[in-house]
Amino acid sequence: MIAIPLQHILIFSLLLFAIGLYGALVRRNIIGILISIELMVNASNINLIAFSKYTSLSPETGQIFALFVIALAATAAAVGLAIVLALYRIRKTVQADEVHLLKW
Amino acid sequence: MNAIESLKHFIPELVLLGGAFAALTLDFFVKQKKLVGEFCLLVLVLALCLAKIPAKPMSLFFGMFELDTFTYFFRCIALTATGITLLLAMGYTPLRNRYEGEFYGMFLFMAFALITVAAANNLLMIFLGVEFVSLLSYLLVGFLKNDPKSKEAAIKYLLFGSVCSAIMLYGMSLLFGATGSLELKVIGDALFTASLKPLAATAVLFFFVGLGFKISMAPFHMWAPDVYEGAPTPVTAFLTVAPKALGFAVLTRVLDLAFWHFQGVWSPVLVILSILTMTIGNITAVSQTNIKRFLAYSSIAQAGYILMGLAVFSVLGRDAVLIYLLAYLFSNLGAFAVVTFVGEQTGSDSLDAYTGLASRSPAAAALLMVFLLSLAGIPPLAGFLGKYYVFAAAIKAHFITLAIVGTINSVIAAYYYFRIIRIMYLAPATAPALGAPSRTLTLALWAMLAGVLALGMFPSFFITRILG
Repeated sequence: MIAIPLQHILIFSLLLFAIGLYGALVRRNIIGILISIELMVNASNINLIAFSKYTSLSPETGQIFALFVIALAATAAAVGLAIVLALYRIRKTVQADEVHLLKW
Repeated sequence: MNAIESLKHFIPELVLLGGAFAALTLDFFVKQKKLVGEFCLLVLVLALCLAKIPAKPMSLFFGMFELDTFTYFFRCIALTATGITLLLAMGYTPLRNRYEGEFYGMFLFMAFALITVAAANNLLMIFLGVEFVSLLSYLLVGFLKNDPKSKEAAIKYLLFGSVCSAIMLYGMSLLFGATGSLELKVIGDALFTASLKPLAATAVLFFFVGLGFKISMAPFHMWAPDVYEGAPTPVTAFLTVAPKALGFAVLTRVLDLAFWHFQGVWSPVLVILSILTMTIGNITAVSQTNIKRFLAYSSIAQAGYILMGLAVFSVLGRDAVLIYLLAYLFSNLGAFAVVTFVGEQTGSDSLDAYTGLASRSPAAAALLMVFLLSLAGIPPLAGFLGKYYVFAAAIKAHFITLAIVGTINSVIAAYYYFRIIRIMYLAPATAPALGAPSRTLTLALWAMLAGVLALGMFPSFFITRILG
């Protein structure tokens, strides 16, 4: 089996991160923004796993970190969707640019 | 130190955690939800009494929880801020519904999370702690079920916060790859020996995004005014103080342990960000018409002053951060206690509700004046001491531009604080007089007044205790 070089994985994760950041910045739908944020988090996860395989002194720390991040991402999604749902009940919208009561 | 040995130094946190679960259980059985609040307050006081100053730094739980005087200081800050917030919340009418008990219980979890953040010296613990605090904050901001403003604030906070912590996480993963470890100390040593300057600079910037969001540092301050205006007033009071203080704690630890070698790289960045933060905060605060939004911009500006101490990063600079944070805790919580009271009585947070407050409620006006003067840094109040230390640190380290910009900003700040005082004292009263505050609110007000006066008039007592 040929191992994938570290550089390729890093470029992949950087691309994933950039796609996520782009999505988080330009999307109007709040659910879409939350999904883009998940992409950003998963890009970091790929980094952590790749580094723990190739360069780390103690591989298990990176993997454990990734596991914690996955759990936290699930928690954040639960909290996030709950807030989106509560918002929808009151304002009947999930478009970020239609939520503009608070302004300077 | 292994887990079993660690437990006996971890008692205050265990009390908090146990208390939080007990409060949630208690919520099922009692009709009178105020009892849950009183129980939570009792737990906080107990935790504060059980917390002892550690004689020497200890690494609990295999180095995951660093217990030293720094942690102890922020533990006290977190517990005090949470306690005062509970006092404010117990007199706050919009909360009076069947979810009130959960609200109090969540604050105990929040106190626990804040202490974990203060004690973190490991990337994993920093991330977990910061996320723990953030998730609880999102929920607390959106707690008023039928208030569209509260929901909007929560969603904005959630989106900004998640993006910023995702960026910080990416920085952490790069740092882990470069140094092969999650321990801040090991990372610091690895960065010192290897020539990884570009990577360290990138990682520092990523950290600034994630933690800059927590401390509302420009350009990551956009969320702050909206969230502070929309959130329930006690929660706003809490958010302007506790998570911000803990953000500074983490930032200090990260810069101190992991990036001390690259001070030449991040110090100029922090100087610019500090100037930007205080200028944006002060200039925008001048034209505000809502008191919560006004205090939000003022708290952004205050973060700018605190950043001065961090940008200098001498021993004096770090002490200045601690002292400023303590002064800011008393002054800002006090100001928000008055805002809670006036908002409760008049049902409005606009500045119009404050016209002629001096004749409608002399005590509230006098107290708000003291807290605003303290925020402006007028002696002999607490804020003066904080400002004095920050400016002294900047001048001593030859950051003259920073000190001059800071002074100009203080003048602008004094202008708009005095504007509120003018509205309260010189404008004729148009609305009826206010009633008496609730007993818990009175207690919070007097406690904060005592703090402001004591720190301003007997600084040596506090300084020797904080700085050892």
